[in-house]
Amino acid sequence: MSEPPTFETSPESLVFPASWQRRHLLDLESLSASEIRTLLDVAQQMKELTGGCRRKVQLLAGKTCANLFFENSTRTRNSFSLAAKRLGADTVEFGSSGSSVAKGETFVDTAKTIQAMGVDWVVTRHSTPGTPHLLSRELECCIINAGDGPHEHPTQGLLDLLTIRQHRGQFDGLTVALVGDINHSRTARSNIWGLSKLGAHVIVCGPPTLVSDRWEELGFEVAHNLDDILPRCDVLNLLRVQFERQNTQPFPSVHEYANLYAMDVDRMRRAKDDILIMAPGPINRGVEITPEVADGKHSVILEQVNNGLAVRMAALWLLAGADERERGITS
Amino acid sequence: MNAILIHDGRIVDPNQNVDRVGRLLVIDDRIAAIDPSDGDIPTDCQHINASGHIVAPGLIDLGAELREPGHEEDETIQSGSHAALAGGFTSVLCCSSTNPVIDSPGAVEFVRQKAAVSRGARVHVIGCLSKGRRGEQMAELGLLAQAGAVAFSDTPRAQRNDALMKRALEYCRMFDLPVFDRPEVPGLAEGGVMHDGQVSLVLGLRGLPTESEDLAVARDVRLAEATSGRLHVGPLSTMGAVDLLRRVKKRGVKVTASVCPHNLCSSDVQLRSYHAKYKVRPPLRSPRHVEVLCQAVADGTIDAIQSGHMPRSREKKMNDLDQAPFGLSSLETALATVITHLILPGIIDWPTAIDRLSAAPARIAGVPGGDLAVGSKADVIVIDPNHNWVVDPTQFISKCVSSPMDDQKLTGVVSHAMVSGEMRYHRNADVQHLA
Repeated sequence: MSEPPTFETSPESLVFPASWQRRHLLDLESLSASEIRTLLDVAQQMKELTGGCRRKVQLLAGKTCANLFFENSTRTRNSFSLAAKRLGADTVEFGSSGSSVAKGETFVDTAKTIQAMGVDWVVTRHSTPGTPHLLSRELECCIINAGDGPHEHPTQGLLDLLTIRQHRGQFDGLTVALVGDINHSRTARSNIWGLSKLGAHVIVCGPPTLVSDRWEELGFEVAHNLDDILPRCDVLNLLRVQFERQNTQPFPSVHEYANLYAMDVDRMRRAKDDILIMAPGPINRGVEITPEVADGKHSVILEQVNNGLAVRMAALWLLAGADERERGITS
Repeated sequence: MNAILIHDGRIVDPNQNVDRVGRLLVIDDRIAAIDPSDGDIPTDCQHINASGHIVAPGLIDLGAELREPGHEEDETIQSGSHAALAGGFTSVLCCSSTNPVIDSPGAVEFVRQKAAVSRGARVHVIGCLSKGRRGEQMAELGLLAQAGAVAFSDTPRAQRNDALMKRALEYCRMFDLPVFDRPEVPGLAEGGVMHDGQVSLVLGLRGLPTESEDLAVARDVRLAEATSGRLHVGPLSTMGAVDLLRRVKKRGVKVTASVCPHNLCSSDVQLRSYHAKYKVRPPLRSPRHVEVLCQAVADGTIDAIQSGHMPRSREKKMNDLDQAPFGLSSLETALATVITHLILPGIIDWPTAIDRLSAAPARIAGVPGGDLAVGSKADVIVIDPNHNWVVDPTQFISKCVSSPMDDQKLTGVVSHAMVSGEMRYHRNADVQHLA
């Protein structure tokens, strides 16, 4: 690892954006372009304040973040925990197995119980779309969606946007292809809304069983042949095939899928020289992406992970600020 | 002698082609006359002033779940039959989805006896089509018919066994009783929670594709044609099903169809709230389907409107969209939904509405009621067609408080409901409805 870069920014220089109103981060579809830009700007500041997400800054000391995950997760859960801790907040972990959910309690009741312990944010992941929205109606605290089934994963979308912006500066004129299981991917949906709101041209690419024509009706370019669109792409985001969300087999074999859609050295030769290769992870090496490409110079996969901390810090700080303002607390 | 004169109301009886302001005389349990001469009106007659109101034959629901025995947390025969009356339904066909299921004469008898002492709407029984509703062997349809079952179905469960469906349609011909099917090919609908379309794609929710219903309707009508059995399909929700029906009805196939009021006015966009009150089956489809369904009700391709009442307890519905069951309380909103969304916008007129909600269901199920002919059992309702209200499910008589019409403004309420000449529901009196 290289030395952490030095930053000029101090906590005092951080000004809460007057326009920010939201107490929940449920999806990117309902955010405006300027709200998304605010989140990215603050994420960039957070990154600089914390020395590349490595130092602690006591911005949220005394507050508590509850991770309420009803689906397995390692990276997102740890990323939220670390983000909260970097800002001085406490964290508490709840999982579905072994908890009262396994004992038959509804997830709303579980969430209410956790809220009663005095938490400021509930970060939730659940296999059913809309569960964070349901919690935001039932609970008083701030809700952050860490993935609701195939619906959205807003902080993943934001970290992808932040990574692209760090490399390209802006979104106008950029062509970004999302490749893979678009229909079942929450990362795809958050990227689709975020990218299109900020002005990028979005292509969704994969076999028709994973990429519905309805995306075209919604205004996005649909492609089934990766090689056709490859030369036009500035960014490729290679999504994991969601084997667990399939009712029926969407393609004949992994072998065939990899042949048609995996980003390999050969395809890299036909891509733009400055193409960015992204993947939300966990990656299936050899399915969506070959090891040479995943670890190659165009790959920004590990930067994405680091930016995940930055956008999560930004989300925690912005939501808490709006919450305090709404409840009349001035810090 | 018990005599009631309902005067100055607009009497609507599509069967007799009556639509005029007049007087309806009921003596004992029968309709005695429309516009009797003064000399024929008994002196001790009770008078009901129906000025500004509609007087119509009681509505008949082609399929409501009453859930008793076995699921009394959702609904009972008492609560369901009184909810029906408050909604203008003087007869309800109850589904076989109880526990134990209604696949034996004893189970039919249980429902009939419970209904008799509940003194709400009449309750007719839809017997199970298959033993245990398992979709394998035919239930004892003849014995069920003897016990009083008026139709056979495993509805709201879809009938997935093609051979069983064919045999049942064939076999039921000797009782001249209909087979009901809620058309769906389950393999295409597995795990679905809402209409499969743009909205489900954006929300990431599993879809119930229209072709699942279209294919099942195609199967059902072909089997009805092949067997000459009496088939009723519904509730329907797709324009594909309507298109098929239109074509086969032209060919003279004996098939009838129904639709639910909420499918005639609400669309899948409601699911954007992620609220389980909109998780209903058949699902709320896209506006294009809604429009076609309305036209089909108007032109008679769809014969009847049924409530689609599928009560589920608050605990069950208070959940996320995957966990919450399909279900809704609709007996008390069905008529007002039809008035608000079909009659007031001019899609259908009053006689057509009463036909779809009363006369047609009587014909389809072969049950009494559906007209105001002299000598008929006096199942009569009086409707205030101008009363505006906002749906508050917590005020329902039904035990189920989940409704896709929640918080919507509707027009029209039932002021009186009479079963066999007995006034069992009177909106402005406190006593009647849960006596």
